[in-house]
Amino acid sequence: MPFTLNVNGKALTADVDGDTPLLWTLRDALGIVGPKYGCGVAACGACTVHVDGQPMRSCQIPTETVGAAKITTIEGMAAHPIGKKVQAAWMELDVAQCGYCQPGQIMSATALLAKTPKPTDAQIDEAMSGNLCRCATYTRIRAGIKRASGQKEA
Amino acid sequence: MTYELTGANRREILTSVTAAGLTLSFAVAPKAAAQDAGVKALNAYVRVAPDGVVTITAKNPEIGQGIKTSLPMMIAEELDVDWKNVRIVQADSDPKLYGRQFAGGSMATPLHWDELRRVGAVARLMLINAAAQAWNCPAGECSTAGGAVIHKTSGRSRSYGSLALLCADIAAPDPKSVTLKDPKAYKIIGKATPQYDVAKIVTGQPLFGIDVKRPGMLYATYEKAPVYGAKVASADLDAAKAVKGVRKAFVVDGDPNGLTPQGAIGVGLLPGVAVVGDSWWAARKGRDKLSTKWADHPTSQQSSKGFAARAKELAAGTPQKTQRNDGDVTGALQGAAKTVEAAYAYPFLAHSPLEPMNCTAEFKDGKLEIWAPTQNPDPGRQLCARTLGIKPEDITIHMTRCGGGFGRRLGNDYMVEAAWIAREAGAPVKLLWTREDDVQHSFYRPGGFHFFKGGVDAGGNVVAWHDHFVTFGDEKAAAASAGMGPTEFPSRFVPNFRHDVSFMALGAPTGPMRAPGSNALAFVHQSFIDELAHAAGADPLAFQIKLLGDKPTVGEAPSIYNAGRMVGVLKAVGEMSSWGKVKLAKGEGMGVACYYSHMGYFAEVCHVAVSPGGEVKVKKMWVAADVGRQIVNPAGAMNQVQGATIEGLSHALHQEITFAGGRAEQSNFTDYPLLRINEAPPVEVKFVITDYPPTGLGEPALPPALPALTNAIFAATGKRIRSLPVRPEMLKA
Repeated sequence: MPFTLNVNGKALTADVDGDTPLLWTLRDALGIVGPKYGCGVAACGACTVHVDGQPMRSCQIPTETVGAAKITTIEGMAAHPIGKKVQAAWMELDVAQCGYCQPGQIMSATALLAKTPKPTDAQIDEAMSGNLCRCATYTRIRAGIKRASGQKEA
Repeated sequence: MTYELTGANRREILTSVTAAGLTLSFAVAPKAAAQDAGVKALNAYVRVAPDGVVTITAKNPEIGQGIKTSLPMMIAEELDVDWKNVRIVQADSDPKLYGRQFAGGSMATPLHWDELRRVGAVARLMLINAAAQAWNCPAGECSTAGGAVIHKTSGRSRSYGSLALLCADIAAPDPKSVTLKDPKAYKIIGKATPQYDVAKIVTGQPLFGIDVKRPGMLYATYEKAPVYGAKVASADLDAAKAVKGVRKAFVVDGDPNGLTPQGAIGVGLLPGVAVVGDSWWAARKGRDKLSTKWADHPTSQQSSKGFAARAKELAAGTPQKTQRNDGDVTGALQGAAKTVEAAYAYPFLAHSPLEPMNCTAEFKDGKLEIWAPTQNPDPGRQLCARTLGIKPEDITIHMTRCGGGFGRRLGNDYMVEAAWIAREAGAPVKLLWTREDDVQHSFYRPGGFHFFKGGVDAGGNVVAWHDHFVTFGDEKAAAASAGMGPTEFPSRFVPNFRHDVSFMALGAPTGPMRAPGSNALAFVHQSFIDELAHAAGADPLAFQIKLLGDKPTVGEAPSIYNAGRMVGVLKAVGEMSSWGKVKLAKGEGMGVACYYSHMGYFAEVCHVAVSPGGEVKVKKMWVAADVGRQIVNPAGAMNQVQGATIEGLSHALHQEITFAGGRAEQSNFTDYPLLRINEAPPVEVKFVITDYPPTGLGEPALPPALPALTNAIFAATGKRIRSLPVRPEMLKA
């Protein structure tokens, strides 16, 4: 059945079964492919989106439960004042290797900085340890968050 | 060290003007193709547009190693253009034009360093010759800078864009004849350059195989037996088809020609059940209704526990094979001042790149078009051709960016599955594996067992080394990536040295995983060397340097071992980490290890803290790396070394695939965990520059990370880690 979702500030309608995880509604029905499938069990964080500003694993959210919540994906980060900074830091530091997990990393990092503008290493660990990077770019992810928050990187 | 590029990499340069007449191709094709009368589909690496924008083709698959950026950097440097004016396009799979296109063995830099710089230099010389002709002056009076040819004496200059068309009449010089730049003049090579696709990555643009969409495309999932190769006994296809959105469900018997033989990379088309639907979620729901039963299989009794018990039995008996026997090991052990005996083991591992295996295939009028994240496209083409009974030339393969590779995408099982399903479905199909499919259907990094005896003399010299290696395969051939070469270090450095090997049959497929062989062998060898150092009462770093001796090199190419380079990185990492000078708290320790693989010399030091409960925290890693005289892209190079080092720690601390009932017991990141950011230490890296040709960085930093860690754990706790992964219960105070 059709569901109208608020994605990146736009009302988009997807005709999917209600139990379809938001991840697949975004990717296959709406063509928003920034959120990635990595595990399907909320263990890798590649599918992270913001639901009313909170970082959530979209593989675990049935589309029928989304309702009027504001969904923001990596595609919407350029219009997000903090997301934009995080993206810029990621580019300057060439954080990515394969890049597959990075949309999820950026979504989690942006949510962290929205709540905690100058996070400590421990706060970074806590906020980011749900996001796997199989290439293990963790040193640069940490540096990227520090740079985006105007802190010393080392 | 010297090595020669093979003849297959020699190219003849050809030129062609594109149909539009506005751009010029400096094309490179193999000699054989050049001799064909009708050469037209030329392998264009470089195109110069009138506005000066230079488009460079990236020939190899991008898996996160940064090759889509670093190979074009080599061309752009010698072409002498500004990097900001360079655009990069990904090549399709086309071995006639590009030679082998693969991501493996850390080979791209050594194979292309000379060739691709010459491609750029030839193009530059043609532009100079075109300008000289236009100006009617000797080419020798012309120089280039920033995408323009300059004639200093007359003060004239012309942009490459304005010269491109004129090159149609210019003969391409012999690539061997062109002069390459003095490295001191480099403006691109050696400069930290972000990956070309960085903006698309951080904004979530479609780049990966999983992002491909074709008109009319359906989505597929494919269920295979948990025991490798078992056939479908029954499946409730009707139940699957009853799910809304499911279009088709059918049984696949498997490759009509049989599976890929043991020892080859990857597997063929495995038996299974395909479910095809309007969406991937519908196909998955349909799959859940299949209730598939699998036929009995001869390997369904195999287990990791059984392998361990059998290895012990084999080690106690007569070895099946002796592959090296120098001097008199038995006598030397009897005469040694100190001897050590130790049994080591390491587990199977799955590669599990974060983008699960997927492929999009479209079968139309007997021709197959494929979009695949693959590290090894042409063998995939050959596999599809053989399995589907079509001609290789009727298969087009587009290489997408890969969400990680690590060797998993060297095999193309998912490609042949997608091709088969697309033909059966009669529509373009995107096949996507679940993570569970991936963990249970890897071709695994093989586990292994080493039974060591070693001896040192009173002077702290290693005088005897005996390894009975119990691995998988049979006496004719080890299973893929389960072998050990006869020149494995420290052979040739120990006078009495013996390698015995025994084999066990294995049902599950194995294959290369990042730093194949080395990723396991470094752990056991470097740990046992550390054991001997402690037995000798020596400092482990000094002991390593002493073992390497004072001869600069040992052996001949391709098995040469440059002891001097290894001593160089050991000394460097000692300085970086203030080895022996750090006052360590209780429960902390530092360990050192070194390893040569993929032409790179690496030494690493780990600083670890172990809690009374046995929890391990890696506080810092130091890496000294010698990959020759030039780091092509320092940004990517550093990322590779740091990532590979942390991956090594992840292997050591977390990763293990076990078998029971012939099947892998793990299925997702919940029971096959990877290291996360909260455990990732800072990694300090130094590239030790030596006057050798540049070599690759995808792999060689990984192997020594594991023994550096376990040697540090020994220093911290007095407990020797002899099997992986490290478990807190091994280390409880």
